Amino acid sequence: MDWLAANWRTVLDLGLSHLYLAGVPLLVGLALSLPLGWAAKRWRGSYPAVVTSTGLLYTIPSLALFVIMPLVLGTKILDPVNVVVAMTIYTVALLARTVADGLLSVPDHVEQAATAMGYRGLRRLFGVELPLAVPVIAAGLRVAAVSNVSIVSIASVVGVSQLGNLLVDGYRRIIWGELLTGIVATMLLALVLDLVIVAVSRGLTPWRAAAGARS
Amino acid sequence: MIRFDGVTKQFPDGTVAVDDLSLTAPTGKITVLVGPSGCGKTTSLRMVNRMIEPTRGSISLDGQDTGRMDQAELRRGIGYVIQHAGLFPHRTVLDNIGTVPRLLGWDRTKTRDRSRELLERVGLDPHLGDRYPAQLSGGQQQRVGVARALAADPPVMLMDEPFSAVDPIVRDQLQDEFLRLQDELGKTIVFVTHDIDEAIKLGDQVAVLRVGGVLAQVAEPSYLLAHPADDFVADFVGRDRGYRALQFQATPRLPLRSERTVVLGERPDSDAGWLLVVDDDRHPLGWVEPRRIGGRAVEDADLHRGGTVARADGTLRGALDAALSSPARRGVVVDDSGALVGTVLAHEVLSAIEDTDRPERDEDDPVHGGAVAVAADEA
Ligand SMILES: Nc1ncnc2c1ncn2[C@@H]1O[C@H](COP(=O)(O)OP(=O)(O)OP(=O)(O)O)[C@@H](O)[C@H]1O
Ligand SMILES: [Mg+2]
Repeated sequence: MDWLAANWRTVLDLGLSHLYLAGVPLLVGLALSLPLGWAAKRWRGSYPAVVTSTGLLYTIPSLALFVIMPLVLGTKILDPVNVVVAMTIYTVALLARTVADGLLSVPDHVEQAATAMGYRGLRRLFGVELPLAVPVIAAGLRVAAVSNVSIVSIASVVGVSQLGNLLVDGYRRIIWGELLTGIVATMLLALVLDLVIVAVSRGLTPWRAAAGARS
Repeated sequence: MIRFDGVTKQFPDGTVAVDDLSLTAPTGKITVLVGPSGCGKTTSLRMVNRMIEPTRGSISLDGQDTGRMDQAELRRGIGYVIQHAGLFPHRTVLDNIGTVPRLLGWDRTKTRDRSRELLERVGLDPHLGDRYPAQLSGGQQQRVGVARALAADPPVMLMDEPFSAVDPIVRDQLQDEFLRLQDELGKTIVFVTHDIDEAIKLGDQVAVLRVGGVLAQVAEPSYLLAHPADDFVADFVGRDRGYRALQFQATPRLPLRSERTVVLGERPDSDAGWLLVVDDDRHPLGWVEPRRIGGRAVEDADLHRGGTVARADGTLRGALDAALSSPARRGVVVDDSGALVGTVLAHEVLSAIEDTDRPERDEDDPVHGGAVAVAADEA
């Protein structure tokens, strides 16, 4: 507690950059996963290829990915962009499949009704399919959010600051208060992101609550 | 007018769902496709708006080949009621109804006004408009499905078993409302069902398909019941087809007898047999046996309500049923205001039946012989 009282400004700064490094890739990754997932649904034959190849990305060790990034992107070694891009790759690895499954979860009779009414293209995607895929996509997004928050900690090793710094520094200098703060703050951040996703998902799907409340 | 011209659909796995179908659905009429499960009804319907493309043959709408039209535009111009309503679960009832108008580019206000109007039209309470489909009963959902198909006022409607997912009483109600609506709107409708009774009740023309997607017969209901083209059709239209055919035969002038009546709340002036109870406007309420109530005034609870009531300008089926269902064996006949005009006995209805003509059989074309004639300027 004493340690936290003395260092709360630092913790706040690190927390914000942690949120940035985990959150921005979450949004960018979701945006990239939409066309991938849509394609996997549209051309059913491509589904295994899309899901497997994106899924494989998740098996690349994070440290390796952080280290390769500057070589691939031509960025400086300490540039946070390296981490953002790497985390985006992990997010896509988790979400491409989720989006495809979400779009495929739209009931057949609803798809047929959409076709019969004359829906096509983007209007169909954004007007009918995506709204109904929200529950499945949100579930995948929650997993990705927790995964991102936890993986980002490792970026301390390549010199990009965030809450992981507290763990590394606390461990090296055996400062229990710092270690504990690092762990709790990371968990809190994951929890907050999770709650935000749940709230947004609820807000986007008022019909689900209405269906549940049917008397 | 929708015209199927030698239409065949073979799916990639080799299944022939529809086989060389030639059929005309006349403008402003209801054409019902009926047949056992898997006989290609849905496939035939979906080829009209090109949700399924024919393998061979062509389908034309008012003389225009649908194969040359833009798919989405074709569909927006055709109302489609999908089986089990198929409503969008994430949209309110009003938004569901307004789907096609929005796709056609109507503005929000106009769409909303139109949706409200249709909600009422199909007999739904306006306050249901802001609910989600999951908050409606099956029957209400089906009505919304019909309203949604009508929203942009398309001249053509395709309906795939729209009333199948509800109990028989609600179904009967929906059918009656549908017929009333069609009387006002006069759409060109292709209606799919597997229920021959529904087909006969709703169709101006009924097309019976057999498994393999072959057209067994297309004819007006009365013709179908009188002259099934083959054993399959005869079997399919059912055993009591002779009786059911009576519902298409207008009642000729029946020898009506006058009936002794008593007004509800008054004392019967005789105690013989059955006495017909009426209200102040001479609308029949039911039968009563005076000797059972021992000379006191007739009360509501005394009424025997088992008998059906036939309209003088109704069908022979109605007249016969009134006679058969009456506890007095005298069938009650009313005028179009519902007031009593007299009663009729079963044997009198039967002799009237013997005097009526059945539709003439077309010996040259057993399959298409009884179909609805297409107006000359359309053919
Ligand atoms: N996409 C498809 N691929 C292969 N076969 C199909 C396909 N769709 C339908 N069929 C087959 O075509 C035949 C006709 O199907 P269709 O759905 O038109 O029947 P239906 O008359 O509407 O039946 P039901 O009363 O059960 O709805 C069936 O044997 C069905 O299995
Ligand atoms: Mg079907």
